Amino acid sequence: MNNNMPNIIGFLCNWCSYTGADLAGTSRMKIPPSLKTIRVMCSGRIDPLFVLKSFLKGADGVMMMGCHPGDCHYQKGNYNARRRYVMMNKIFETLGLEKDRIGLWWVSASEANRFAKVTNEYTEKVKKLGSNPTKKEIFL
Amino acid sequence: MAKAIRIKNNVEEGLFEFLKSLLEKEKIKGVFTLKKMDEEGAASYSLITSVDEFKNAVPLFPYMPVNAGKELSNFTLLGKTEEPIAAVLRPCELRAFVELAKRAQGDFENILTVSLSCGGVLDLNTMGEKNQEDLISKYWDSVKKAEVSPNTRETCQFCENFLPLNADITVATVGNKDLDKEFTLFFNTPNAEEFAKEASGSSVSAEIESNEINEFKKKREELKEKYFKETETDENGLKSLINIFAPCLGCHGCSHVCPICYCTLCEFDSKTHEYPTPSLSSDLQKKGGLKVPSGNLLFHLGRMTHMAVSCVSCGMCSDVCPVNIPVATVFSKVGASLQKEFDYFPGKDVEEPAPQGTYKEDEFTKIGEQ
Repeated sequence: MNNNMPNIIGFLCNWCSYTGADLAGTSRMKIPPSLKTIRVMCSGRIDPLFVLKSFLKGADGVMMMGCHPGDCHYQKGNYNARRRYVMMNKIFETLGLEKDRIGLWWVSASEANRFAKVTNEYTEKVKKLGSNPTKKEIFL
Repeated sequence: MAKAIRIKNNVEEGLFEFLKSLLEKEKIKGVFTLKKMDEEGAASYSLITSVDEFKNAVPLFPYMPVNAGKELSNFTLLGKTEEPIAAVLRPCELRAFVELAKRAQGDFENILTVSLSCGGVLDLNTMGEKNQEDLISKYWDSVKKAEVSPNTRETCQFCENFLPLNADITVATVGNKDLDKEFTLFFNTPNAEEFAKEASGSSVSAEIESNEINEFKKKREELKEKYFKETETDENGLKSLINIFAPCLGCHGCSHVCPICYCTLCEFDSKTHEYPTPSLSSDLQKKGGLKVPSGNLLFHLGRMTHMAVSCVSCGMCSDVCPVNIPVATVFSKVGASLQKEFDYFPGKDVEEPAPQGTYKEDEFTKIGEQ
């Protein structure tokens, strides 16, 4: 395996982003092998602990993806996800952790292009950040 | 303007007598306050309903054995208390109780809240020690002069919210040079004004906010900057953060005493977030070493996402920590930045929902669209 390729965990909502990813696949778009997807029923299901645990266990990046605001299958799950993301982002910023290792994107079921674009862009960004220091850290 | 009554008595005795008289005249049926076991030594929170038992009550004893908001919630978890009671709470304890009440863990009805302009509380490990009396008299000296007492908790030293927000009755202590001879009670709510006539003092026109109070606030703001700087993490904060939390035993004492951590079954008390053996061995192979117990940082960061935005900075977590991690300072600091982000002040209003329980459609609109 290419050692340069970062390890990115993606939490994809079932109704929009996961379907969007599926469409990107069936449309034969190029998706980087960095992204390891985990399907959740809603972006509101992404417990901040999932993200923190991924980060502390050595994931180079974590992508949270959900439906665009207003499009949530469960009406308000993505609004909750957004607040949780903002909260984690602020905690990382205050404590001086690398906040770019966590990100949130809205990708709808039809936006295969957008899915390919954001995963490729984010992979490049994480490549620049380099390996996550938590990988080598003993005291965690 | 709040009704103010000046009482010609030592503040500790005066408040004691006032509460006792309310109890004797059956205006209230109980007082929730600190009570000593005997004349000397340690005190703990008690709900006292009989006048005889009231004798060793010390409402202004400068210690916080537990956050009273948390304990008061135990009495009101299923609804209001059967009889009206008075509760003596420090401002942060009152804020904690507001936070609990908004999470359906407490009820304000039937409770007459008595709070004070607070000079802080002393470190819990000095309670019952030989030098306790000496520390307490020094403490009252600094309260009179509106100075920050160095023996108080770190969070108390940098606390700017030492004036209670929504107490029925406020006892003015900070900056009152004649605290041994006289003090002022402020009756802030219509409910409280009924009790004003029970206070044996003269009605005066006064405001709780004074120059001394403002000066005091400034001193504490300066200290806040200083203490937040001490827990400053460098550019890659991971190393510094690990250094701060490295001594953690994983006792979870900080979450058990935290008034905001009210969950009966904490996720971190279960095995959910303990790493299974295969995961540990694979980590060991990759890293060449592993600290046990592992997962401490996950616990602290995870707890932060749960409660830091509602942190009332009471300092219980630091006080209870067996290895002296400045938990409260780190959490207050993160809490302050989260509260700013969500424009939220913990303990202000029971009706205002906690940030995790609500959302606005038109906020943070740029996030997710990049």
